[in-house]
Amino acid sequence: MLNYRSPETKPLVSLSNTGVRRNGRWLVRGVEFSISRGEIVTLIGPNGSGKSTTAKAAIGVLKPDEGHVERIAGLRVGYVPQKLAIDWTLPLTVERLMTLTGPLKGLEIEEALAATGMLHMAKAEVQHLSGGEFQRALLARAIARKPDLLVLDEPVQGVDFSGEIALYELIKQIRNRTGCGILLISHDLHIVMAETDTVVCLNGHVCCRGTPQAVSRSPEYLKLFGRRAAGALAVYSHHHDHTHLPDGRVLHADGSITESCFPGDGHHHHHDEAVDVHDHDPDCGCGHHTRLQGFEKAEKRDV
Amino acid sequence: MFDDFFIRALVAGIGIAMVAGPLGCFVIWRRMAYFGDTMAHSALLGVALSLLLELNLVVSVFIVASVVSLLLLFLQKRGALSTDALLGILSHSALSIGLVIVAFMTWVRIDLVGFLFGDILAVSEADIDIIWGGGILVIFALVYLWRPLLASTVNPELAEAEGLKPERARLFFMLLMALVIAIAMKIVGILLITSLLIIPAATSRRFAGSPEIMAVLASLIGALAVAGGLFGSLHFDTPSGPSIVVAALALFVLSLLPIGRRLESASHSSHGGHP
Repeated sequence: MLNYRSPETKPLVSLSNTGVRRNGRWLVRGVEFSISRGEIVTLIGPNGSGKSTTAKAAIGVLKPDEGHVERIAGLRVGYVPQKLAIDWTLPLTVERLMTLTGPLKGLEIEEALAATGMLHMAKAEVQHLSGGEFQRALLARAIARKPDLLVLDEPVQGVDFSGEIALYELIKQIRNRTGCGILLISHDLHIVMAETDTVVCLNGHVCCRGTPQAVSRSPEYLKLFGRRAAGALAVYSHHHDHTHLPDGRVLHADGSITESCFPGDGHHHHHDEAVDVHDHDPDCGCGHHTRLQGFEKAEKRDV
Repeated sequence: MFDDFFIRALVAGIGIAMVAGPLGCFVIWRRMAYFGDTMAHSALLGVALSLLLELNLVVSVFIVASVVSLLLLFLQKRGALSTDALLGILSHSALSIGLVIVAFMTWVRIDLVGFLFGDILAVSEADIDIIWGGGILVIFALVYLWRPLLASTVNPELAEAEGLKPERARLFFMLLMALVIAIAMKIVGILLITSLLIIPAATSRRFAGSPEIMAVLASLIGALAVAGGLFGSLHFDTPSGPSIVVAALALFVLSLLPIGRRLESASHSSHGGHP
């Protein structure tokens, strides 16, 4: 059924121990994940946790200060940024927005606008669109160029609940039809898109990762969100081994407090680094193990 | 029926308006009006250095304006002061250093007012060659850079992510601005160049349905302002630069009149009936 996943090909993007530093501060550190064709990866985390930074590092807008980001040659990216303010003085219709970064055929524009339900707005100026319409126009623009990797930075912001479900349905259809990889950023810490293959929870580093559980399996959520939402949304339960204190320091499960949290800080196991200063139980629930388990799971599923 | 100098000024002025239109659109889309001012003000430093070192005027102004814009980029990256404050410092210090250097050169007689506000009498045939040669170069460069420039105006990260090179486009854009300032200086003067960039572009906004149409309209409106201003300047014996700016302003005010609104609302109602 999932034949659009081609196990023999390399991932579109893979990040290994990636960190980005600005003004002497690590925005994010020790990030590892990869996105393959047909795969949906959702990044979640609180504000300022480095989700957008990670996404930008993945697509090459930001250069990592540590670690590696590998992209396949000629990777075609479709990007929906988190914030996009278009000056009123720029006369830009939805139709003209579509060919912003590259030429497209009239039919391709029409298809993408129809897919996002924006065909009737083709001649409208983007400054006159509502939040949800603007998001759909941006999504149409990103998919019209038939990208290998679609990067959506909080695509459901400013969209109401049923609009959110509709957008997730649409993203799912795009993935199923085109087989592109999707990197989705969500501000919601607990509810993610049901089709997500891997959830990566960030807070300056990878706090935990895993797969979401379908809402439809939980009667409480089903009652809460309704049957239509059950197909589009899923619940993600976090398993953290540490707590982020208000001042930015990190309280670990072993009771110690450090300035920050990243794989090499000595509070997490690392398979090829002898930096551990203390012993962990194998099932300590440490973020590093969780990450590795998630990674192995992802690898197993791919082969 | 007109004197040669007037025809020369008209040809030169229209040449400048042609390039100032599209460039001015980017200036207002990118909210760089004050940045353009800063580059233009630094042109006086270019004039002073050209006199001091006996360099070609256009080359010298182009180099100084480019250096000032690169300096600004560098200072912006360091992030110690806001862009506003940096522009204020660079703009007025470059202008003042230029004036001080000119004052020191007691052996040079210089028509400062002509440089600050433009002087139609100063336009020679060689200037026309430079203006049209440089202008055609700028137009070609803009056509070539149009997509990356427009995309990075909307969002630089989007442009970068999708394989366009916004940093390079921005750098070229600044060089083009420096070039236009260098060649436009004689017609409208250092203090008024930015208005020739901004006012026609702002006037054309109401009538434009796409960025490309707005750029072309801005050129035409600018050419109209140049012609009107120069005729006024001849008729009332007023300085050419300010007369052109007043003519541009008159067109802008005209565009605000109800007839403009009717055109605008007519074009809106054809946009699929969106509220």
